[in-house]
Amino acid sequence: MMDKEIKREIMLDHYNNPNNKKTVNDERYRSVHNASDSCIDDVTVYMLVEDGKVIDTKFDGVGCTICTASTDIMCDLIEGKNLEEAKDIINEYYKMIDEKPFDEDKLDEANAFDTLYQQANRIKCGTIGIHAIEDLINGYDKQ
Amino acid sequence: MFDVEKIRNDFPMIRNNPDLIYFDSAATSFKPQPVIDEVIRFYETRTCNIHRGDYDISFAVSKEYDDTRETVRRFLNAQRKEEIVFSNGATSSLNIVAINFAKKFLKKGDVILTSLIEHASDILPWFVAAKEVGCEIRYTPLDEKGMIDLIGYEECFKDNRVKVVALPYVSNVLGYIYPLKELTRIAHKYNAIISVDGAQGVPHLKVDVKDLDVDFLSFSSHKMLGPGGVGILYGKYELLDQLDPVFYGGGSNARFYNDGSIILKETPEKFEAGTPCIEGVLGLNRAVEYLEKVGMDNVASYGKELTEYFISKLEKLDNVEIYNSASEAGIVTFNLKGIFSQDASGYFNKQGIAVRSGNHCAKLLFNIIGVTETIRASFYIYNTKEEIDRFVDVIKDTTIEKCVDSIL
Repeated sequence: MMDKEIKREIMLDHYNNPNNKKTVNDERYRSVHNASDSCIDDVTVYMLVEDGKVIDTKFDGVGCTICTASTDIMCDLIEGKNLEEAKDIINEYYKMIDEKPFDEDKLDEANAFDTLYQQANRIKCGTIGIHAIEDLINGYDKQ
Repeated sequence: MFDVEKIRNDFPMIRNNPDLIYFDSAATSFKPQPVIDEVIRFYETRTCNIHRGDYDISFAVSKEYDDTRETVRRFLNAQRKEEIVFSNGATSSLNIVAINFAKKFLKKGDVILTSLIEHASDILPWFVAAKEVGCEIRYTPLDEKGMIDLIGYEECFKDNRVKVVALPYVSNVLGYIYPLKELTRIAHKYNAIISVDGAQGVPHLKVDVKDLDVDFLSFSSHKMLGPGGVGILYGKYELLDQLDPVFYGGGSNARFYNDGSIILKETPEKFEAGTPCIEGVLGLNRAVEYLEKVGMDNVASYGKELTEYFISKLEKLDNVEIYNSASEAGIVTFNLKGIFSQDASGYFNKQGIAVRSGNHCAKLLFNIIGVTETIRASFYIYNTKEEIDRFVDVIKDTTIEKCVDSIL
């Protein structure tokens, strides 16, 4: 279990200074929009995949701390990974959110969300950006 | 005499959740014991269908169902009880008016006048109707606070194309009471009819439809202490009677024949096809009686008192931005500076305070208040100043760190 202080620091850092929050206007990137129909979280994720490898992932939109930080962290986590590895990381993340046993080592800073399952009303916030990333990976993977 | 402690004792939700501060009554209200008892009485001793059983219980319950129409008529001071239709919610009532009025009375080039403060349920049916018929949607101008600018409103009628006006009595985000009598007078002057979304207004204000002169008024039972699943549509009889039902089926027809012809029942029964939410309607009767006993003047003045009390406390805080400081009807919309509304409401939840964050189904309102998402606290007759004090203490000390901590 990650220390509370560290978790808070990670979350606020990725919320206040999300290094992957950027609108991309580059034809090589694909994008997916995902928005909550019950809250305000609304993100678009942009992804560049070359030779089966995630080169770069960015996002923009409006989101709460959980939505923004979780998306930003996942963009970092999958960078440089091949599609299978990226999917695997996302699956481990979903397991954590579903309160199932998961591999901490694969989630690095995303471990900050290891108690999110306790807040039923916020789980959606922590999965909106991740679903968009997953959609993009699945899209590339089908080719 | 208005005695909030006595009122609180009538609400099991308050007794059973002593640590909960419920400030989301604009979403749905708690129900007092007589309403709950009535619903249970139906299930335990009076279960039956209405208007078709040849036995005593059905006859008695049918009468109680129809008596509720009279109770609602009295509550609204309507001319006759046949002007009261039971639907399954305010949304359903608003749709009956919009879809049918457009089909029957609007033609290409006509204008539907509405506003940017509208809740989805009052604007989407008109969007659809306008598209089908080829009408134009026009928005009445609002001032910087979100109040209707009456001069600009009247200007909207000057090309004589406005045939129908769709406005709320009270905005579900801003809590302002719109000058319905004047808005109606102007609409009628230009031969337009007015359909009012009363979902937030009727639970909080004394309504006299004869005095207001509105043509249609839609509202929900569940926001005014009654059971869910029941909506009310009031319509002036001669107008209501000209509308067609949205649904057809048992209970709404008198005869039908091989050739496909249907003879409908009279208004309002022709709008009530299928088995209605009988227990809900019976419960609504008790809810209206409860509000009448408290007195709608007291309900309105206490709502105003709580709203103004909360706003005056918030105005003293540096970390709060209020979007509707002129609110009167139990709704206060605000943000904590630098904190996303949902982060704050998540933290309030951890402190036992239930509020709502987001855009509150009024997705065009950002045009006026400049933000897409806010926190909405809404009050009703069972809330107290002590609860507000506790909430203000929490708001005062809310930081982004605390919000984040609440999910760790």
